[in-house]
Amino acid sequence: MYNETKFIPAGDKSLVMEFGNSIKPEINAKISNMVKSLDKLKIVGISEIIPTYRSILIIYEPLVIGYSTLVSSLKKIEKDLGKANSSKTRIVELPTVYGGEYGPDIEFVAKHNNLTIDEVIKIHSSTDYLLYMLGFTPGFGYLGGMSEKIETPRLQVPRTKIPAGSTGIAGKQTGIYPIDSPGGWQLIGRTPAKLYDPLSDPPVLLNAGDYIRFIPVDEKEYLRILDLINKDQYKVNIVEEGESHGNN
Amino acid sequence: MATINIKNPGLLTTIQDKGRWGYQRFGMSVAGAMDLFSTTVANLLVGNDENEAVLETTLLGPEVIFNCDDIISITGANMGPKINEQPIPMWTSIYVHKGDKLSFSRVQTGIRGYIAFSRGLDVPEIMNSKSTFIRGVLGGYEGRKLNSGDEITLGNKSLDYTGSYLPKSLIPDYNSHHSIRVIMGPQDEYFSESAKETFLSSKYSITSEADRMGYRLEGPKIEHKSGADIISDGIVFGSVQVPGHGSPIIMMADRQTTGGYTKIATVITPDLSILAQMAPGSTMDFKAVSVEESHEIYREYNNKYNEIKDFIANNRFDFNYIRNLDLKINGTSFKVDVREIE
Repeated sequence: MYNETKFIPAGDKSLVMEFGNSIKPEINAKISNMVKSLDKLKIVGISEIIPTYRSILIIYEPLVIGYSTLVSSLKKIEKDLGKANSSKTRIVELPTVYGGEYGPDIEFVAKHNNLTIDEVIKIHSSTDYLLYMLGFTPGFGYLGGMSEKIETPRLQVPRTKIPAGSTGIAGKQTGIYPIDSPGGWQLIGRTPAKLYDPLSDPPVLLNAGDYIRFIPVDEKEYLRILDLINKDQYKVNIVEEGESHGNN
Repeated sequence: MATINIKNPGLLTTIQDKGRWGYQRFGMSVAGAMDLFSTTVANLLVGNDENEAVLETTLLGPEVIFNCDDIISITGANMGPKINEQPIPMWTSIYVHKGDKLSFSRVQTGIRGYIAFSRGLDVPEIMNSKSTFIRGVLGGYEGRKLNSGDEITLGNKSLDYTGSYLPKSLIPDYNSHHSIRVIMGPQDEYFSESAKETFLSSKYSITSEADRMGYRLEGPKIEHKSGADIISDGIVFGSVQVPGHGSPIIMMADRQTTGGYTKIATVITPDLSILAQMAPGSTMDFKAVSVEESHEIYREYNNKYNEIKDFIANNRFDFNYIRNLDLKINGTSFKVDVREIE
């Protein structure tokens, strides 16, 4: 983390508030807190706030708020962050069926790492993953914290269609496809949870700063939950915890 | 029901408004009209809210049949608009009758034309916007570009029988070369002084890889000090990315929300609408301005916009009092519409 946060213009209507130049949970936690404060304070003239790994892109209306006024407001909010009550962390529990037709590459991931399939499932589901940011496609979360023990390179030939909810591994990363899309990740499982629904408000289930916990379920349970979701009768379990989250 | 039929969609015609703002933190692209100036003026000319959805058409215009009377306007690229094969003026309110056919001949200046409808386009709002986002199969008409045979429902707004026009002095010029103003950064420190000098003193041309998502440019290579990759951060309309190959890419309306390439500079808002009208093969040079200068330019741009609004509000003609005259000057016949201005 930088000693002093950088404010960098990104055109005539945006600025970047940059907290550091690395991917670290403490930088992301600060970004989450800053975003929560900005959402709450609703500074007149700020039209959109986009948190990323180590910075926040802030879009503003220059006829309403000048650059230097905006920067000093942001500096003040940042200074006051420490005094505010530490906010709670959301842990989103995603039921996930591993292997079989839902995770056709789990065997490859196991072999590649000299593990059994059960060990892959155990390792993948025993960490809470920090969602650093959403990007790439609507609802796609960049997750951090996957164990090196299950790192696996991408497929050599990407698949043309991967069903929404598919959970995969690409190198050091793990992630979930929010919509049906082509892709080259090694698929190990699938969640019935709807990560993206354009007609919902908000349109996505996960937010930057959330932790994701994969809960292994069998196929029967997966199908039961999927059915409830299709009938709009299922809510994903969200655990709220104090600021100090131990697992990462 | 008031509708229009798409007899021929042209090359790429989509429904767009100002875009889907407020959802980028969820990874949702903004989309929206490429040329927001032409979009808002088109709406003002037909008495709409400036954010009403319009048709954005690219290079080759569509053929549209009206199943009801409406007031329309055509702005942006001059694609030779015609009603029932008769040329019609651009940047002017046009009264169209049930059964009329709107078509286009060929593009003369610019690349993107805008058609506004006084009745409005009655498609669902998704995340507060009617904009089509093709990659996300979302918004507009079934989340896609228009095809032959599509029938679009118009709103049921009653028509005001007056119109207006934009004086020539306020209509933008689209040329084959433009100076595009930028603010350096956010990652200009990833480039040496001589690389920045190259960027600001060279001519760059738009390659054929130029679409609603971004324009790839060709010109002298811009070298990085070390790598071209950064930890992914936010992208805006007008971000000038320079990947490892050293050729800039300007991010446009359908840009993704985040990216991992260094951004040497960002195009200022008033120049985006000009950029949106530049076709592959046309060239640009970049001129750096400070944030303070850019806000002064933006204020002037906004004043000009208010001037346009006032002009349109104060210079009205009544469609009931249009006289169609046939004039013959030196043996050439002219069809002339004479409008009574209030």
